[in-house]
Amino acid sequence: MKIHEYQGKELLKKFGVVVPRGVFCPTVEDAVKAAETLGGKVWVVKAQIHAGGRGKGGGVKVAKSLDEVRQYASQILGMQLVTHQTGPQGQKVRRLLIEEGADIRKEYYVAALTDRATQTVAMMASSEGGMDIEEVAHKTPEKIIKVFVDPEDGLTDAQAGQLADGIGVPAESRDKAVATLKGLFKCYMETDASLAEINPLILEGNGNIKALDAKFNFDSNALYRQPEIVAYRDLDEEDPDELEASKFDLSYISLDGNIGCLVNGAGLAMATMDTIKFFGAEPANFLDVGGGATTEKVTEAFQIMLRNPKVKGILVNIFGGIMRCDTIATGVVAAARETHLSVPLVVRMKGTNEDIGKKILSESGLPIITADSMAEAATKIVAAVS
Amino acid sequence: MSILINKDTKIITQGITGKTGQFHTEKCQEYANGKNCFVAGVNPKKAGESIFGIPIYASVKEAAAQTGATVSVIYVPPPGAAAAIWEAVEADLDLVICITEGIPVRDMLVVRNKMKKREAAGGKKTLLLGPNCPGLITPDEVKIGIMPGHIHRKGRIGVVSRSGTLTYEAVGQLTEIGLGQSSAVGIGGDPINGLKHIEIMQLFNDDPDTDAVIMIGEIGGPDEANAALWCKANMKKPVVGFIAGVTAPAGKRMGHAGALISGGADTAEAKLAIMEECGFTVTRDPSEMAKLIKSMI
Repeated sequence: MKIHEYQGKELLKKFGVVVPRGVFCPTVEDAVKAAETLGGKVWVVKAQIHAGGRGKGGGVKVAKSLDEVRQYASQILGMQLVTHQTGPQGQKVRRLLIEEGADIRKEYYVAALTDRATQTVAMMASSEGGMDIEEVAHKTPEKIIKVFVDPEDGLTDAQAGQLADGIGVPAESRDKAVATLKGLFKCYMETDASLAEINPLILEGNGNIKALDAKFNFDSNALYRQPEIVAYRDLDEEDPDELEASKFDLSYISLDGNIGCLVNGAGLAMATMDTIKFFGAEPANFLDVGGGATTEKVTEAFQIMLRNPKVKGILVNIFGGIMRCDTIATGVVAAARETHLSVPLVVRMKGTNEDIGKKILSESGLPIITADSMAEAATKIVAAVS
Repeated sequence: MSILINKDTKIITQGITGKTGQFHTEKCQEYANGKNCFVAGVNPKKAGESIFGIPIYASVKEAAAQTGATVSVIYVPPPGAAAAIWEAVEADLDLVICITEGIPVRDMLVVRNKMKKREAAGGKKTLLLGPNCPGLITPDEVKIGIMPGHIHRKGRIGVVSRSGTLTYEAVGQLTEIGLGQSSAVGIGGDPINGLKHIEIMQLFNDDPDTDAVIMIGEIGGPDEANAALWCKANMKKPVVGFIAGVTAPAGKRMGHAGALISGGADTAEAKLAIMEECGFTVTRDPSEMAKLIKSMI
């Protein structure tokens, strides 16, 4: 689960990380009032959407007068902000963050994330702040410094100092950088984050260290014990179909192709998508119905797939283990009837009660195409839609 | 022979009295020598009682001491699952299989680091399989986990995968063309887990009753690449490899918590390339896994 920048900064502040003074604003009037209250001569107007790359897309502007604050706030609020992470349709801006300007002497990058290889928390830092870190990793990997932290021991002073020195924080600001890094680590652990990134972390003219941005991602397995994080959830930022699917405990991700697929198990679902591509078409979605699919769940899955106007055919691939093929067959028949299915449907079933399942499909009177292997199923659905 | 478990393995079930634990314990008991293998359950509130004829003990330590069990399987719900793993480790078991899906990553990080420190301090090495895995099976001997027993057949092909249903797919294909399995192992779909592809490949390499292996991976993480590099230098048996997720977009979690592309090296294409380089016979058509193995032995 992702959150907004202004929410991330609220979290960081609780853990002792210094952030610019700022106000969350849902309207242009609020933005102007916020700038007045903050005072000073320079303000930053920042679009609040979950995707990154907001600056390049025109969602972050520096205003030098209250008129400019009004002008930029009106421009940004309500715009379809297109970044490299939003896709070509962009994301509508519904919220703004108005912040005091900062006196930037140097920009750094710092982040905490789970490292799978070492099974620790990796704390990363770079002197190349304000840039896309993937680009830094690609072009100048030596400029990224990492320490690996045992989650029980926590980030030690020595480790934090090693990072601060490694990215060239001046001696007089070293303690502040160490405190910031330790705050970031603590925040990461206590909120069950899977990524916490500050880019840029800045050194101000007066030697202060400040987080100018905050990007968080949280472990969805841990949300049950993080009510404060759950309260930050912004449903406007989520894909409506993925959201609807999650209500039925379906794991759904929309893709760009035209063949809908419904599968049990995440690995088999990906393998099914890959098979569709292997035989010359593109999948329209990833959809894992999970282990305990009921008729209701299968019907809901069909409805979600069919809401995508690009879908020209559906492939159902079930390996019946604990879940029986006859249960799925009954669900598929009911779903096809209820949704008045008008696109070709290929069903491949294997495993427990496979024969009963096939019988239910053939006796339904519906034009369901059956297949024995994944390859046969993919070939048949690709032929049916072309 | 087989890897990790056989008909003589004695097993403790943690979470035996829950709905999932009960359902699968019954199925495991019904499979092959299961009646004799599943010897104990754990639930501090129900110690002294029994379920399906299996005695329940207050702790893993007590269950192990009373029955001589060396392996446990965990169906405990996510909030208590990491603590259940640690309890089994502290009881000095050989192998812990955690089926539970949805354990917070932080809990797994903490327990894995505790396990490593215990081992480094001279404590017994307990192997962990999972979490978020289907378990493992040695056909016609014992099944520990949630896989459908009847699709398996005793034989000489090893199967290892992160995904449950994709393991069943490979097993189903093998059985259909008349090839049995020595053992089939699901290592689980979580980012922080115990046994990885590389360790299972090492076990299959050393197992005199395994002739060839199907290794199945998916997007996310470095594990398949690490295993492939080890195999290049050490593996004496043919391997067929498949990686799921060629069509998965970057940055999206594909069902499994660990199935997430987060850099250039953990895409399906990158993993397929390195596996091919390391001498695996890779396929992009998962329907061909068993046929390819057959052509190689």
